[in-house]
Amino acid sequence: MTDMHAEEQRPKRLGRALFLGTLFGGVSSLYWGKRAWGPISSLISPLEAEIPLIPSKGWRIYTVASTMPTFDEPTWRLQIAGHVEKPVSIGYKDLLALPKVEQISTFHCVTGWTVKNVHWGGVRLGEVLALANPTSVAHALEFVSAEYPYTDSLTIQQAGLHDVMLAYEMDGEPLPRVHGAPVRLVIPEMYGYKNVKWLKGINLITKPQPGYWENLGYDQDAWVGRSNGYGT
Amino acid sequence: MKDGKRYRRRFSRTERTLHWANAIGFFFLLATGLILYLPSLAVQVGRRPLIQSVHFWSGVGWIAVLLLIVVAGDRRGILRTAREIDSFDSDDFRWLTGKKPAPQGRFNAGQKINATLTVAFAFLFLISGLLLWFGERDTRFRFASTVVLHDGLMFVSLALLVGHLYLALIHPATRHALRGVTLGTVSEEWAERHHPKWKPE
Repeated sequence: MTDMHAEEQRPKRLGRALFLGTLFGGVSSLYWGKRAWGPISSLISPLEAEIPLIPSKGWRIYTVASTMPTFDEPTWRLQIAGHVEKPVSIGYKDLLALPKVEQISTFHCVTGWTVKNVHWGGVRLGEVLALANPTSVAHALEFVSAEYPYTDSLTIQQAGLHDVMLAYEMDGEPLPRVHGAPVRLVIPEMYGYKNVKWLKGINLITKPQPGYWENLGYDQDAWVGRSNGYGT
Repeated sequence: MKDGKRYRRRFSRTERTLHWANAIGFFFLLATGLILYLPSLAVQVGRRPLIQSVHFWSGVGWIAVLLLIVVAGDRRGILRTAREIDSFDSDDFRWLTGKKPAPQGRFNAGQKINATLTVAFAFLFLISGLLLWFGERDTRFRFASTVVLHDGLMFVSLALLVGHLYLALIHPATRHALRGVTLGTVSEEWAERHHPKWKPE
């Protein structure tokens, strides 16, 4: 009886267990964190609409330059140049006048976050390219952002995937500034860094050129789930 | 003493320096981190690459300063405090489950848990922060959940901080403790009421 009492009184070294347990939980979450976050995120998403401070719907805004480009409608142009028969420069209204398409697709960032069911509105790349008529040596496209020095490129085949588009609408609104106003590239099969924001030019080139992130070691072919160290 | 009260030393100079270095570092990292995290702030501030570098290097500096304070300060005292925080007796369990009486020592059970989590989180912030930084430069350091861990730590730390600030600044029964972590001493009378098992050395 006395022994039992003594046992009960002896302090337990629980602080270190809590410390090591927290460390283990945290480090192991590198493997399960994203799966666990999904349900929590959908649970709190109605709340996000109420609190404007929380990144809406899970978007993070990544930029590489000091300031974010501003969209001035009267002066804005999208230049299609390089290996084309007829270089063209399209104004915002001309872009909106092209046949409009809409799609719902998921946006994957290479750093791990995902935004499901983004509703895009815009034009297929082919519509815009047809205006300039690429020549037979054009096997790739370089996308130039107004956010200097951001560029990225795709092969003609990649750019021809069925759901690649130039989006000027997001979730029923004109594309917001933080998402690349007035127009961005959308290629759902690839990680976000290929989805060039603040698009101002498309150059037809002979082969893909490393862009901003490729120069920092990211993969040229940024397939979701099978590039940049994932799924390989 | 002028006010006729008797005071007892609760926190050493090393402990107080550690506390305030941690607090200043945390608030600075929270501010720069939120600029990176919240689209509304990101638009207003811009300069993401600069803010990113400032956030990363101040995070590294924050941990380095904390380690330096421990190494250059009263190491034995810190070790003694760590032992106190490590140890939970039956009164601590009674305290945690709301049973009374549950007389507490220099730290109550809640403070022990808060302190332990704060230190563990600092390590996890550092690990996930380094992975984010180097992951941007090398795929070997890239994990799909690093961002979730770093952001998740921020949310949990923020919740702990709100509770901590409430108890330290607002709650009438506990806010006297603020004196302990600024000046180092607390009144004997308060200590005996809230921490009756704490025997001053």
